Amino acid sequence: MKKDLLGIDDLTRDEIYLVLDTAEAMREIGQRPIKKVPTLRGKTIVNLFYEPSTRTRTSFEIAEKRLSADTLNIAVATSSVLKGETLADTAMNIEAMAPDMIVLRHASSGAGHLLSRICRSRIINAGDGMHEHPTQALLDAFTIREHKQRIDGLKVTIVGDLMHSRVLRSNVLLLTKLGADVWVSGPPTLMPTGIERLGVRVSPDIDEAVTGADVIMMLRIQQERMHGAFIPSLREYFNIFGMTKARVARAKPDVIIMHPGPMNRGVEIASDVADGPYSVILEQVANGVAVRMAVLYLLAGGADVD
Amino acid sequence: MDADRIGRTLARIAHEILERNRGVEDLALVGIRTRGVPLARRLAKAIREIQHHDPSTNLGVGPGSPAVDIPTGALDITLYRDDLMRTAVGAQPIIRRTEIPFSIDDKRILLVDDVLYTGRTIRAALDALIEFGRPKAIQLIVLVDRGHRELPIKADYVGKNLPTSVSQSVQVHLTEVDGRDEVEILDS
Repeated sequence: MKKDLLGIDDLTRDEIYLVLDTAEAMREIGQRPIKKVPTLRGKTIVNLFYEPSTRTRTSFEIAEKRLSADTLNIAVATSSVLKGETLADTAMNIEAMAPDMIVLRHASSGAGHLLSRICRSRIINAGDGMHEHPTQALLDAFTIREHKQRIDGLKVTIVGDLMHSRVLRSNVLLLTKLGADVWVSGPPTLMPTGIERLGVRVSPDIDEAVTGADVIMMLRIQQERMHGAFIPSLREYFNIFGMTKARVARAKPDVIIMHPGPMNRGVEIASDVADGPYSVILEQVANGVAVRMAVLYLLAGGADVD
Repeated sequence: MDADRIGRTLARIAHEILERNRGVEDLALVGIRTRGVPLARRLAKAIREIQHHDPSTNLGVGPGSPAVDIPTGALDITLYRDDLMRTAVGAQPIIRRTEIPFSIDDKRILLVDDVLYTGRTIRAALDALIEFGRPKAIQLIVLVDRGHRELPIKADYVGKNLPTSVSQSVQVHLTEVDGRDEVEILDS
């Protein structure tokens, strides 16, 4: 592995499988009476979150604690950033206190790359703007592999706000690297131009896109990133692109339904689908801890290149 | 050591286990990954066969009772190693699953590994094991003891003592992992 995990783009197929296999072993630790191993004892990890997050931040923190690292969380709402400090200055100041790793969530694409250039600490991208969210894609792949025993050759349909989604980008990069047949669907206004160059099949017709799918992945409508009229109304969006039981019925009988969270019930997904038998949404959350433990462990050692 | 020798050695250790523990009550086998795991499984099988042929050794469950399978688990000690993160370059060691599908509380745990050398693996294994509960006792079984201990650790059952020099390496091959049974000493 490289020094930092900035995106799926940097990972080879073998490295992805290494993370998934390591996560398989890490998961067992969470089932023990004492859910802790001494591996990262004495390592300091800073979780630097510039955007609100419950799932990802909690997941990283639990993963870090299960590996015995010392962790601290900087939520920007209570930090000097409000006094006008730049990301680079904040990072240099944290760096001066010699942490071993920084987990960064930021609203700007490429924020992790900036830190990677100026910090000695290892950087893990926990979501940068509309760019990448690599640990989410890894935990999604882990969940898919657990249910389907493979990723190669599966039809994976991703539906929703494709334009603003870093989860989409990381997932497409990962799934195509591992040989899945990836379909995407969503309103044309939320479809980035040139998306087919990522190696996906594009269909504006959701019913066509989900037909015969092994995996359906729903993306959240990110109203906080929408500065303009992309969709007429949430209700209309649900009617045209919402995941309903009728649409799920077009997929394979053993389809799994995924969502990276947080869900907008009744917008991109119907409640009876989200809570239904095909839904693996909470398994994704559970697997997130094991996958992040794997990433932390694999990055904590010596890097191949430095 | 060839396949035949390894087989007879494990049979002998199985007898020693039954003799020393007066039966199989409370016993559990835990193999250290990688090659301790098939060794632990073979010992479980050997002990079952002894009980089958000679019910009088089956002290734990009383005469005439059917032979009992000793619970067997697998332990990966990588996360407990004392040499992790000590080098600035190089990839992290691969981690495999730990599978101990039974409570170790108040059990007599038979810890199994292929080669006993510095003792550091066993130190890590003891730390790992203790986190699963409080066993009544832990006994150590090794196929080969090659000497050169760096920690105060001693095996309770030894297949063979093999005096070696530090520059040599001892390779245990087992059918389940390597396709053949053999112990060899390599000069490097």
